[in-house]
Amino acid sequence: MSAPPALEVRGLAAEFLTDRGPLRAVDGVSFAVAPGRTLAIVGESGCGKSVTALAIMGLLPPHVRVSGSIRLAGREIATLPPEERRRLRGAEMAMVFQEPMTSLNPAFTAGEQVAEALRLHQGLSRREAFARAVEMLAHVRIPDAARRARQYPHQLSGGMRQRVMIAMALACRPRLLLADEPTTALDVTVQAQILALIDELKRETGTAVVLITHDLGVVADHADEVVVMYAGRIAERAPAAALFALPQHPYTVGLLGAAPRLGRAAGGRLASIEGAVPDMARPPPGCRFAPRCPFRIARCAEEAPPLAEVAPGHASACWRAPLESVLEAAA
Amino acid sequence: MSAAAPLLELDGVVKHFPVRDALGRRRGAVRAVDGVSLAVAEGSVLAIVGESGCGKSTLGRLALRLIEPDAGAVRFAGEDLGALSPRALRARRRDMQLIFQDPFASLDPHMTVEDAVAEPLRLHRIVPRARERERVAELLRRVGLRPEHARRWPHEFSGGQRQRIAIARALASGPRLVVGDEPVSALDVSVQAQVINLLQDLIRDLGLTFVLISHDLAVVRHIADRVAVMYLGRIVEEGPAEAVFAAPRHPYTRALLAAVPGQGRAGAPPIEGDVPSPIAPPPGCRFHTRCPFAETLCREAEPELAGGIVHRAACHLQDRLPPAAAPAEADPGGERLRRLQSFFRAGPPQQAPAAATAEAHQEPSGASA
Repeated sequence: MSAPPALEVRGLAAEFLTDRGPLRAVDGVSFAVAPGRTLAIVGESGCGKSVTALAIMGLLPPHVRVSGSIRLAGREIATLPPEERRRLRGAEMAMVFQEPMTSLNPAFTAGEQVAEALRLHQGLSRREAFARAVEMLAHVRIPDAARRARQYPHQLSGGMRQRVMIAMALACRPRLLLADEPTTALDVTVQAQILALIDELKRETGTAVVLITHDLGVVADHADEVVVMYAGRIAERAPAAALFALPQHPYTVGLLGAAPRLGRAAGGRLASIEGAVPDMARPPPGCRFAPRCPFRIARCAEEAPPLAEVAPGHASACWRAPLESVLEAAA
Repeated sequence: MSAAAPLLELDGVVKHFPVRDALGRRRGAVRAVDGVSLAVAEGSVLAIVGESGCGKSTLGRLALRLIEPDAGAVRFAGEDLGALSPRALRARRRDMQLIFQDPFASLDPHMTVEDAVAEPLRLHRIVPRARERERVAELLRRVGLRPEHARRWPHEFSGGQRQRIAIARALASGPRLVVGDEPVSALDVSVQAQVINLLQDLIRDLGLTFVLISHDLAVVRHIADRVAVMYLGRIVEEGPAEAVFAAPRHPYTRALLAAVPGQGRAGAPPIEGDVPSPIAPPPGCRFHTRCPFAETLCREAEPELAGGIVHRAACHLQDRLPPAAAPAEADPGGERLRRLQSFFRAGPPQQAPAAATAEAHQEPSGASA
């Protein structure tokens, strides 16, 4: 119980310098993931979810100012020199991206790419590493792995490429896997296969998973904890079951209503969140969701609400949370 | 609805794209659409669903006669489009429009919004020049934009607004049939909801016949009257949306539905493997290589759509399959969440004038009001 979380992020911020001035894509994000658990980060384009993952991985370009604390199994890594950060990547933390075709090297076979991580981080010989790579490919259920290991990325289907990416990411049994929209480019039947595979490998290895997605259905099925991001900040953080049963931020409420669902009767109007996300170079003062929020009060436009607990483990950055107050006021 | 004559009819439509090697020699063909018959009643919404490469986009283009079928006929309002002279076909085009997935690619960056929306008006001489500006303003208002937006350029708009512009352009000629090829797939959830609501309003208010091409079953469930499920160039199931979703008859439809996340069914994926190559589809039933129920017959004989007039499936075993798992009615938020969401449908309280905000990045307020 006293073991530190696999990943703990405190006050993470990432500031881009643009020709319109500094842009805080991520602004004070904090969360923790225990070994063997999945934390989902949900939000729409530009909310800062991918930048959060890249900041954790240390993959943002040098002109982006990253601040805050990132602890991997209790060890502060945000302040490590770039060379040491690089050694962590692949060995202790790994990332899977949305588009496997752009993250795989087209000039090397699938097997060579998985083997490279093993040679680099585990000092295996070329031959040993390739043999291990074939095992890994079979493990992520690539049929006929020995033959596929000798093929190039363009010879593989999208689903198989993503399996190769996962095999690469998990080759060295990292403590942390960051998966950024890993199935968004895939067909729905293949998506189900890949997400089931990540769950299974996580159970097997105890790797902590940070799953970045825009799909609330994926969150419901695969996450233990959820962070909902809006315009660079955390709007709500909660255990997955609580988020769906008792959402406490108006943005979460809106998102849940905006997504069409299979189980919902057809025809009716979707709850639409009017307007669009703010221009991040000039975010509104106060709560960033206030301009689109049906529950806003005068204070919301003036003062940014802190992320405060409304129940154990469940926090909302809303002056009107818990939202029961809104319903009572309306009744 | 069943009394309405079909506005669009496809009859045994086939489209193969030749595959050539480096020397230009023919090496087989992608059998994108391989014998499809469909009818779309006037004023109804038909969704064509399936995974990438199933032929749904090709089918949409065939329906609009943007590409020629290799075999079969496409009829619009009873008229065979293949028999029309090029000139008559051009005149027909005002009745049939297409909305693409990517509004960043489908709008010409060198045309103002006004020019983009007015182009079909001029092409088909819909209104006299003098009334053009007025008509453009009307169309923009119809899709939730403001007439002032007419003088701006596409790059000044967000994705959701661009899709509204593309919709206004598609509506300019007063079409009876609109094909939307993944029209909301590139949009974020909150913006997607706005555009779905808009499409539903337009379909209802203008009496449009709409063919929705989509991979997103939840979106389809929300707006379609009928659904056709495609796999490797063939329709494997077709019927009223309600029946197809509640009691899918084809094992592929079942797998597709079971794979939709958010039904509390994480665990074993519904089917393994990838879609086979459309260059050499499997013999017999094209789905048999991934079908958990396949028998010898399925490997040998290709099934036809059968099982009724209203709801049909192309499966030899459709009467013998175990009952499909009912879609889970997950509703963890219950009444509390519905009450909270009702405030969103009502829209935000007295929208403050969007004076100081970067307007080009804002969706128009009260768009769906």
